[in-house]
This record gives sequence, C-alpha cells and structure tokens, in this order.
Amino acid sequence: MPRHVVAKLSDIPPGTRKLVHVAGRAIVVLNVNDELFALSDRCPHKGGSLSRGTLTGMVSSPEPGTYVYQRPGEILRCPWHGWEFDVRTGRSWCDPKRLRLMNYTVSAEPGAALVEGPYVAETFPVTIEDIYVVIQTK
Amino acid sequence: MTLDAPLTAEVEGNRESPAIAEVRLKIIDGDVHPALRSIDDLKPYLSAHWWEHLQTYGSRKRSGMQIEPYPKSAPRACRRDAWPDDGSPPGSDLNLIRSQYLDAYGVEYGMLGPLGMSGQSEINVAFSAVMTAAVNDWQRDFFARPEPRLKAGIVVPYEDAEASVREIDRCAGDVCYAQVFMLTRTGDPAGNRRYWPIYAAAERHGLPVALHVFGSSGHPFTGVGWPSYYIEESSGHSTSCQTVVTSLVIEGVFERFPRLKVVIVEGGFGWLPALTWRLDKLFERNRSEVAHLKRRPSEYIREHIWVTSQPMEEPDNRRHLFDTIEWIGWDRILFASDYPHWDFDDPFRAFPAGTPRERFEQVLTRNARSVYRLG
Repeated sequence: MPRHVVAKLSDIPPGTRKLVHVAGRAIVVLNVNDELFALSDRCPHKGGSLSRGTLTGMVSSPEPGTYVYQRPGEILRCPWHGWEFDVRTGRSWCDPKRLRLMNYTVSAEPGAALVEGPYVAETFPVTIEDIYVVIQTK
Repeated sequence: MTLDAPLTAEVEGNRESPAIAEVRLKIIDGDVHPALRSIDDLKPYLSAHWWEHLQTYGSRKRSGMQIEPYPKSAPRACRRDAWPDDGSPPGSDLNLIRSQYLDAYGVEYGMLGPLGMSGQSEINVAFSAVMTAAVNDWQRDFFARPEPRLKAGIVVPYEDAEASVREIDRCAGDVCYAQVFMLTRTGDPAGNRRYWPIYAAAERHGLPVALHVFGSSGHPFTGVGWPSYYIEESSGHSTSCQTVVTSLVIEGVFERFPRLKVVIVEGGFGWLPALTWRLDKLFERNRSEVAHLKRRPSEYIREHIWVTSQPMEEPDNRRHLFDTIEWIGWDRILFASDYPHWDFDDPFRAFPAGTPRERFEQVLTRNARSVYRLG
C-alpha cells in the first residue's frame, strides 16, 4: 500500500483543487470545506480532465416542478460533456456502476509523522513543521 | 454511453512523444469554431456606416422565442478548459487552439465554422451581407492565413441568394476557404428554389456546402412550437437536419446540380438511415408528384450528402453504432470535434473500441479529402 506525499495542505486550501501525478496516474485532489478527496482525473466517458471541471451540487426532483439542490460542493462536473461525479464515491450520477472515478484514500498528516516513513515524498522535502496531503494507491 | 478502451496502443499513447505522433493517424476535422475576441475585431472590415449601424442598432436576428441562446450547458457553450488565461473567449486565441487542439492531437486540417455574430440569421439582409463579408475577412486574417491548418468557411447571408453568390465569388479564389458555410435553420427549407443560386455558385467553384445546426429562422425548433428545455432543442437538431436533407433531395437540388456536395454538420447521423428508407418508400408510391427526380432518394443521399460524426450517438451496445454507420456508408462520415465547444469529441476517444482501423482512418482523414477543397 504505497503512500505518496503529494502536496502541502496549505497548497490546497478549502475551495481549491490540485492536479497531482502519482505513480503514473493523474489524480485530482479536492479540498471541500476542509475535507480532502482524491479521484482519478481522467473522465471515464471521453477523457476530459476533471481537475478543470466545476464543483457543484446535486439537483434532484421528487416530481416535475419540484427541485431540490443538495450537497453543494460535493459533485464534480466534467469540463467537457458535463458528466457528474460524486466526490465521496467517485461514481457518476447517470451510470454509477460503469462510469466511475477511482476513489483514493487521502489524508492530511503532520510532517513530524511522515519523516519517519515509509512514505514516498517524490518531489519535495518534508519538514516536521508542516502538514501534508498523503494519497494511498492500491 | 460507451466505456471506451484504447483503439490501439499507438493512438492512445503519450501525446507528447514525436515518435508516436508519427504513426498516429492524421485528422481532418469538419467542425472547429473560431471566436471574436470582441466585436471590435470586425471593425477594420466594416465601413464607417455599418460600424456605426452595428454600434447603434446591434444584431437583430430572426429569433422568434429564441431570445438569448447562451449559456447552453456551459458559458458560451464551451469546454471549461478552453478559456485562454486572459479571459478572452474560447476559440479566439490562435496559440491556444494550436497547443490545446491542433498540436496536441496532430490535426492536419480543421474546418472553421463561425457562429454567433457571424451575420447569418439577421433580419436586415443588407446588414447580413456586410457582416458575413467582414467575418470572412476576419477568419482569413486572424486564423486561416497565419495558420494553414485552419480552413475558413465562406459564411453567406443565405436569406439573400444574390448577395450570397457575390460573397462566394469574392472569396472562392482564395485557397484559405475550403467550403461554403450555412446554418440548418433557414427561413424556408434548404432545398427551396430561392437558395439555388448559392448551390450553383458552390458547385461552380468546386466547394462543398456545409449546413451546420443552429441559426435562427423565427420558426420554432420543432414542427409544433417551442420546447421548454435545451435537451429538446439539442435533440431537435436531428429533425431540422431531416428537413434539410428531405428538402434538398425532393426539390431536385441534386438533379439540377449533379456535382454539389453537402455536409450536414453537428446533427448526429442516427436518423439518416430511417429517413432514407422512408423517402424511398414514399417515392415509390408518389413518384409522379416529383417527376423531376430521376432516381430514388437514397441514391441522391448516397452520392451528395456527408454527415459529421460529432455529437455521435452513443448506444449502450456499440454494435448498434457500427450497424448504423454501415447503413449510411463509412465513406459518408466525416470526423468533427466541435472544438472548443462543451460537447467536444476527442478524435481518439469518440469512436468505440472495436472500430476497424481502416474504417477509422476513412472517417478521420480519407473521406474528408474527397469533400473539402484543401489545396
């Protein structure tokens, strides 16, 4: 279970996202109200880069004429054809079984814990004063 | 909705590698949309009078209930990743078109189709004529001359056939222009005789006529009034396109202009086989009504009509897509991306896995060489 240090937490403040590359995979890391999510970046429909997509909410409707807007900021919409993905599961709304993003375990961890290893910090030095975003690849 | 696997190792390879780029198929794209940075881009091409007119009265289109067409799914109906850093509209920055599309995919030629403030669908036909001429000069100077991979389309003020012919004659001598460009929502069905001078001019110059979906005629999108949703408008393009094809065939346009080539752009194509079968059936029963037709409708369609791929039907079972294309003919489908619009098709992801390599090459490149004037 390799774990990868991909950014400082301060690089991805709430409301932002960052595209990272880990072990050959493009992964978009999102910070939604201080909660981190990590999903594969390539849309399984036709290949759009989800890191360029819109973070939005879920519109649902119990009947024609009545609309409910829920879960603001938890739905990632592809910048090309608008496919909607749940950031908590990676699943698409329209075809959740077949069209889904890989959903990676991601956490914020203090540098003091990371310098001990067995983490892979590929691109930058880790210092004990900072907090880092760590992705686990399966 | 198809889960697409890579077609072949090389086409799905690393886009940055020149070695791989060499073995990848070339692309001729039937639908690329340039945009004005602002309306000021047209100022050098309009007389003082018409610039003043534009500033004072603006565009007045035959819009009916279609007042403001945007946003459609996305701002300016564009890919959200196609906006230049300076915030100018997608399709207005040649360098971004190059790096994000032409270079990234190895595009050999892209056919430009200006929409929006292009002078088409204007109620004032004199204004329509000067605006389309300005747009043609702008396409040439901003895109087609500095970037030979981009070919301009001669935008014509089609509700005024005489003015359209003048515009075709003015532009056709320049190899920057590869086709005549119209929209599917014309004031009358496209085969109406009042448009015939346009087809005569296109045939005379050896240019295909592209009929791209959209435009506004004042008529509703459907045969029975104005629908409520964008999805209805989008799917309604297939019925507009059927009207175009039916009218061109039944009015006898292809009998009168035997060398005319017509490309239906961005209307999908799943509707075409069923329309063809129905027209043949009706023709066999009512032939005497249209005695000017010497052959079955399907034969005119097979010889004169091409359709672009995007936005392609995506049936759950990809076999159904292949069957549909077989019925139309693999030689009649032209790849189109619709860059930079939101429903962009990636040339190497649009067709499902299992598309035979030689068919894919036909659609991506070879068919287009027999349609467009690329020299």
